[in-house]
Amino acid sequence: MSLTSTPPRPARTPASNRFRSVLWAEWIKLRTVRGWIIALVLGATAMFFLCYEVAAGPETGGCSGLPAGAVCTTGSPTVIPTGPGGEAVADSYQFVHRTLTGDGTITAEITSLTGVISTNRANVQGSLSSSHPGLAAWAKAGLLLTPSTRQGSAYAAVMATGIHGIRYQYDYTHDSAGPKGTITTSTPRWLRLVRSGDTIAGYASTNAQSWTEVGSVRLSGLPAAVQVGLFATSPVDFHGATGYPTLATATFDHIAINDAPAATKSWLGQDIGTGRNAFYPTLATGSYHHSGTSVVVSGSGDIAPAVVQGLMGTHTASSSLLLGLIVGLLLVIVVAAMFITTEYRRGLIRTTFTAIPARGRVLVAKGLVVGVVAFVLSVVVMAVIVPLGQHLLRSHGNYVFPATTFTQVRIVVGASGLVAMAAIVVTALSAMVRRPAAAITAGTAAFLLPFIVASAAGGSTAEWLLRLTPAAGLSMLQALTQYGQVSYTYTLGNGYYPLSPLAGFAVLCGYTLVALAAATVLLHRRDA
Amino acid sequence: MIEQTIEVSGLRKRFGQTLALDGMTFTVAPGRVTGFVGPNGAGKSTTIRVILGLDTPDEGRALVGGNAYQNLFHPLRHVGALVDAGALQPSRTARNHLLWMARSQDLDHRRVDEVIELVGLTSAARRKAGGYSLGMRQRLGIAAAMLGDPPVLILDEPFNGMDPEGIIWVRHFLRSLAEQGRAVLVSSHLMSELQDMADQVVVVGRGRVLADASVDELLARASSDHVLLRTPEPAEAAIALEPAGGEVAVTDRGTLAVSGMGAQRVVEVLNRAAIGFSEVTTQRASLEDVYLQLTGGEAEFRAGSDGRVAR
Repeated sequence: MSLTSTPPRPARTPASNRFRSVLWAEWIKLRTVRGWIIALVLGATAMFFLCYEVAAGPETGGCSGLPAGAVCTTGSPTVIPTGPGGEAVADSYQFVHRTLTGDGTITAEITSLTGVISTNRANVQGSLSSSHPGLAAWAKAGLLLTPSTRQGSAYAAVMATGIHGIRYQYDYTHDSAGPKGTITTSTPRWLRLVRSGDTIAGYASTNAQSWTEVGSVRLSGLPAAVQVGLFATSPVDFHGATGYPTLATATFDHIAINDAPAATKSWLGQDIGTGRNAFYPTLATGSYHHSGTSVVVSGSGDIAPAVVQGLMGTHTASSSLLLGLIVGLLLVIVVAAMFITTEYRRGLIRTTFTAIPARGRVLVAKGLVVGVVAFVLSVVVMAVIVPLGQHLLRSHGNYVFPATTFTQVRIVVGASGLVAMAAIVVTALSAMVRRPAAAITAGTAAFLLPFIVASAAGGSTAEWLLRLTPAAGLSMLQALTQYGQVSYTYTLGNGYYPLSPLAGFAVLCGYTLVALAAATVLLHRRDA
Repeated sequence: MIEQTIEVSGLRKRFGQTLALDGMTFTVAPGRVTGFVGPNGAGKSTTIRVILGLDTPDEGRALVGGNAYQNLFHPLRHVGALVDAGALQPSRTARNHLLWMARSQDLDHRRVDEVIELVGLTSAARRKAGGYSLGMRQRLGIAAAMLGDPPVLILDEPFNGMDPEGIIWVRHFLRSLAEQGRAVLVSSHLMSELQDMADQVVVVGRGRVLADASVDELLARASSDHVLLRTPEPAEAAIALEPAGGEVAVTDRGTLAVSGMGAQRVVEVLNRAAIGFSEVTTQRASLEDVYLQLTGGEAEFRAGSDGRVAR
């Protein structure tokens, strides 16, 4: 080792203070000004009461004493089934089935799949007389295995679809793709469902000789006796924002149970979930008939996760949070702006930068301190109001889309994360503009304005705001999931944000980093 | 006490049209009180801000103990500064103000209570700083400067707004700090505030150093030493003194100011010429006179200056 002395550090490399000490100092600054703490607690309180008021507000008349999971439409309760994962599901189809005990196989050739589309909108009672030929993209016909025909039961199915080829689906939310192609008389398909213990596998074939596995699943707790059979269903077809109910008709041939031709005449034909009070819009009641060795099954509806929030005017776990969130944000913006601009006004910023020359660290510490305090307050409020809000809505006869615990926790943490990020961004903006009025204006323009415009304007304006501005962070409030296997207008008006929760939050984090970087550069370039 | 110096070399800084610093260069030695004096707008505060890393100079550099301020780890343990006693959050108590500063340097509340006692604010420490008088704020500022027990102290105009008792206290306090081996830099726009306290004086004007000397050197260098002579025959006295090398000015009827020769020589000349006199006194130049001489050319700054360089 040579004994050369270390060269002096360049003047712009701050040795400065440990970041922990900087954080601690900024926390003392925040907690020792009573007005700021009061404002933050006030924001949390306002957040709680506004969310509470919104949730307690809507009262649906005419449907007193609704059963759980029911929604009031024109005076009669409609039950939306709940799937095995707790999610709301559509479960409406025509099923021709028999009992299968223990392990076994069901095989059938599907020789045609056709359909009709209603000329009336989904909210009008459909009829076959006002319809035109046409097959919905996600029309489904095939083989299905379920322990029960009760709506919302677990199931596994292999099916032909309108344009999405052969699919294997189970328990509503799971979908895997098999061979492509449509069903015509010249290109029929063979389908097979095999139960082996708790495992159900789906296969497809063009010749009944070589089989391709499309998917398989272990459905734990499956009873020995299950229902297996043929099904057909066809979902609402969307043209723009307007949905039209459809009906699909499939012809099955060479139906076999455990490789022996099945006596389908003794099978039970059942129309599931298409009654008068069924929630999913259907074109007509399903039907079936025998034609020689073939069975022709017609069905309307869907076996899939429910996505019709906008159509039904229902609520979600997060639908009563927006107003409270905006008011809470406003107070956080004010406190974050004052926390740093007061130092500029009093000249205290020089004391701060004398104690901590690394100005970027001061900035980040200030943002984090306000952000973390706002986050904690918001988490406390949200953790109470999210379940309480849903309870209030339900107790007043409103249907609230079920949300998994994970989704609810994500909404609580996400909404609070949004508040925390706002605090950090506003701290950075305030360091740039230095004056309280300008800082509050800048913070409001960056956050509240796009939030309010997006929630008021709707349409494509709102969707672009929610993609490109810090308001993208609102995607963390998403309570509904988009599914590739359900065609729907996934628009803001129907309750779907244009970005996924994480993508939206990433946009917000991007803005936060840009604001912090710009403010740090400016702080170092300017004299204090 | 690790002895450390402040080295300011060749600082130049321009704010728009105004040249605030124009090659400012000086050194503050440990164990001494260095007065930093000049008219308002001479560049004192800007220099101090550059030393503290608050302002960036266009040229030159300032080092504390050989390091740029930005490179100091826990800088308040190296340099204590009182720049603006009014820089306080009014609704925060004095103790909490010191507490956040202490935590930023990994110091604890015991040190906070020590410095509060040191400046005599113990009884008012838990009151909101907004209610403090200017003198109390100066004491709080000195407490803040002493938090890190630093070897270097910088005080910008610490006497502003202080009562006479406070001024005496600050003088004694700063002297004792210098005697402990610390380097103490005290700025003022009034030389009289520094007399009897400063060991060294850096006189500045228009952003550069006009004089940098010990108090004794400055007094000796002063050209305004003169002899006051009271005589009933001023005209005759002037005629006698001038050929002997004296420069004579009439200051009053019967009173002459003689420069260029000592009192003894004046008496000799007058005796030889048999001119009577009632008083011969040597007039010592005060630091104030030296200051006025040095900064006389800086009238531009003194007239109508509000104490800050236009920015």
